Amino acid sequence: MTASYPSPETIARTELPNGITLLVSENHDSPAVVLSGYLWAGSLGEAPGQAGLANLTAAMLLRGTEARSFGEINQALESVGAQLGFHGGVHTAGFGGKALAEDLDLLLAILADCLRRPIFPSDETEKLQGQILTDLQRREHDTRRMADLTFNALLYPDHPYGRSVQGYKDTVSGLGRDDAANFYRRCYSPQGMIIVLVGAVQAGAALDKVQAALGDWRTPGVTPIRMGIASPAPLTETRSQAVIVEGKTQADVMLGWLGMTRTDPDYMKASLANNILGVFGMMGRLGDDLRDRQGLAYYVYSRLEAGLGAGPWAAVAGVNPANIQRTIDGIRGEVRRLRQEPVSADDLANSQLFLTGSLPLRLETNEGVAGTLLDMERYGLGLDYLQRYAGLVNAVTIQDVQEMSLKYLDPDVYVLAVAGPTPEAGQS
Amino acid sequence: MTIHKHTLDNGLTVVLKESRRAPVTTFWVWYRVGSRDEVPGITGIAHWAEHMLFKGSEAFPKGEIDTQIARNGGAMNGFTWLDFTTFFETLPSDRIDLSLHIEADRMVNALFDPQEIEPERTVIISERQGAENSPTFLLGEEVVGAAFRVHPYHHDTIGDMCDLETISHDDLWRHYQTHYGPNNAVAVAVGDFEAAEMLTRIRDRFGPIPARSKPRPVNRPEPPQRGERRVRLEGPGSTAYLQAGYRAPAATDPDFFPMLVATSILTGASGMNLFAPGPPNRSSRLYKALVETGLAAGISGSLPAMLDPFLYDVTVTVRTGRTLDEVEAVLDAEIDRIAHEPIAGQELHTAIKQAKAQFAYSAESVTNQGFWLGYSSVVANTSWFESFLDRLCAVTVDDVGRVAEAYLVRRNRTVGHYVPQGA
Repeated sequence: MTASYPSPETIARTELPNGITLLVSENHDSPAVVLSGYLWAGSLGEAPGQAGLANLTAAMLLRGTEARSFGEINQALESVGAQLGFHGGVHTAGFGGKALAEDLDLLLAILADCLRRPIFPSDETEKLQGQILTDLQRREHDTRRMADLTFNALLYPDHPYGRSVQGYKDTVSGLGRDDAANFYRRCYSPQGMIIVLVGAVQAGAALDKVQAALGDWRTPGVTPIRMGIASPAPLTETRSQAVIVEGKTQADVMLGWLGMTRTDPDYMKASLANNILGVFGMMGRLGDDLRDRQGLAYYVYSRLEAGLGAGPWAAVAGVNPANIQRTIDGIRGEVRRLRQEPVSADDLANSQLFLTGSLPLRLETNEGVAGTLLDMERYGLGLDYLQRYAGLVNAVTIQDVQEMSLKYLDPDVYVLAVAGPTPEAGQS
Repeated sequence: MTIHKHTLDNGLTVVLKESRRAPVTTFWVWYRVGSRDEVPGITGIAHWAEHMLFKGSEAFPKGEIDTQIARNGGAMNGFTWLDFTTFFETLPSDRIDLSLHIEADRMVNALFDPQEIEPERTVIISERQGAENSPTFLLGEEVVGAAFRVHPYHHDTIGDMCDLETISHDDLWRHYQTHYGPNNAVAVAVGDFEAAEMLTRIRDRFGPIPARSKPRPVNRPEPPQRGERRVRLEGPGSTAYLQAGYRAPAATDPDFFPMLVATSILTGASGMNLFAPGPPNRSSRLYKALVETGLAAGISGSLPAMLDPFLYDVTVTVRTGRTLDEVEAVLDAEIDRIAHEPIAGQELHTAIKQAKAQFAYSAESVTNQGFWLGYSSVVANTSWFESFLDRLCAVTVDDVGRVAEAYLVRRNRTVGHYVPQGA
């Protein structure tokens, strides 16, 4: 079965002279192509007082170029059922799109146009800002997003990961088209840019097309912000905050810790520990206890986010405000158990079987393959990662799982964010 | 695409499609029962019963289905909506027998253990309360409720809170005994298999299950609407939303396809990927009229294919600083325009090409294909799905004008305003 996964033999990887790396994986079973990638133009390049600028700049790329207006771009793409979008991140600005294979030239032409010749029209900037501000206002009344925002601010004080990539009302409203245009001039460069193409296109033809669209893009003097990121100060005591969101019927609870980077040798061991804690089957042990046995929550799970810097490792639950304390106790109880009792051989084997066995499903669609190739390149996992993957998963031991929980998940020292109505609003 | 269709002696409809793109297979069982079959007092019961099918049988004790599917590298879920209840597993193809075993077993052997009712009651109440946190859920529930006075589409699938608090074990058991039978179900497999061999395996598993007596359908057609209905909802937040629901043709109505073109022009193409957001709609008329002009932060529309006439729904997020009345005036002008002026040939052409692209994207996933084959079997039939693109291609500019004039009028709609009470 592993023979059919993308491998060094089937992934065509090319570095262009201007610093772009192209990865192509052919799949001729459907007449479509997926495009995905990023540049090093994330929010690390913005001042804290301009939070949201990198995100605004990325989204503005589509909103007018020297050759096409925003309306013309939309018309050109949508009239053939194609799509293209840009989004901000902390380290990078990402892009993604898809088209029928017959329209790949158009998709690449518009991608190149947006990346190379954006004009940041004032009226479009103002409109987009208005949409972002409306969204930020909605965020204030969204318990899930407020719990997440608050959790990150607590876990990463004075750290770029603690700031919202979308920004805040006061920072976004202070931005203008010149800020975006300047950020673009300062940060956008083909140096280190990744493009992944998956679908019904020959690798050689794909290279020619990308070369034609972007091969002569050069940005002398621009140094992309491709820096490492320090970990924040370790947690020495519990930090918690409750945010009142009036009028809601349910509260969101997020309880967690600082995790690790994606390239940390701990990552795979921690993935298994996390799978057992709050993913496997119907949300792992957290689901068994808090959802199934206690009936406290429709969703309760844990997630491990490991990136270029150390990401959060957290449990998330949506519960009636009257049950917040029981939920916190339940999460801490399961974490304590994971530290005190070695997991059973069955529990570990189940999670290992899930992670290795679900690969064919994850790689079924062009989008699934593109996302995987992007991660392989971003974290330097190697083109043979999918061939090595089962070995990496199966090398994790019962002791590893316990060590990870002892190292990262302290049931007495954690970060806790709760967003919801006042507890009195709840009903048991 | 060759679709194989069979009916077993016990009445189970079987729909099979070979797809060799990846070594995975999806298997679905669709029950012709949804919240449309509920009456006041037991609203939400179809969805709750679906949850109980994950709570164990003799062969698969509680938790065992999740564990078995996960350790075999699969994905699974269950969904309930107005017209249907459905369960699926997608697995590496050499493991798909596990799915057949699970689904044949729980068609008749689910325990509905009384001990499991109370914990699940609070889980479902939590699901409803989570939904109530969203203003668009609250508004949608009011608009649909006002649009349907008689038809059971009136209530949301999650059910009303008073019923979730009182539904009993006996109610749930009766629902299961009434609606879960082979003659009320459609089994669908798409993936890397030989159709003849798969049919044999399905017959082996499901053939011995006896048919049940056909449930009596809840038959309460909605009377014609005789004028615009309006609801105003106040709630937390600082963002206003407008939702307009136009009474729309059912899936099998010849007007459905022209209507689909009209809605595609107004609010964009429909997505066909079950697990992804719909495609962008930035070249649609309402995006240009409302978002491009700075009145709205976003718009969306949907015309679901349904057993009975339902709604074409337009939802607008009002931009901070603008008003519901400003948005509604522009919406009215655009609706009047499509109802009274012919669309451009290019718009028709675009709508068709977009649908073709969405079909191609959707075909990458066997799970998506299984969904669409099962869904269309329940709301129409498989040939409805097979001929989907041909029927869309047959739509003319005049057809679109005719249905727009008939359906997209004020007397045929329910308008809802969500008026935020926060700062």
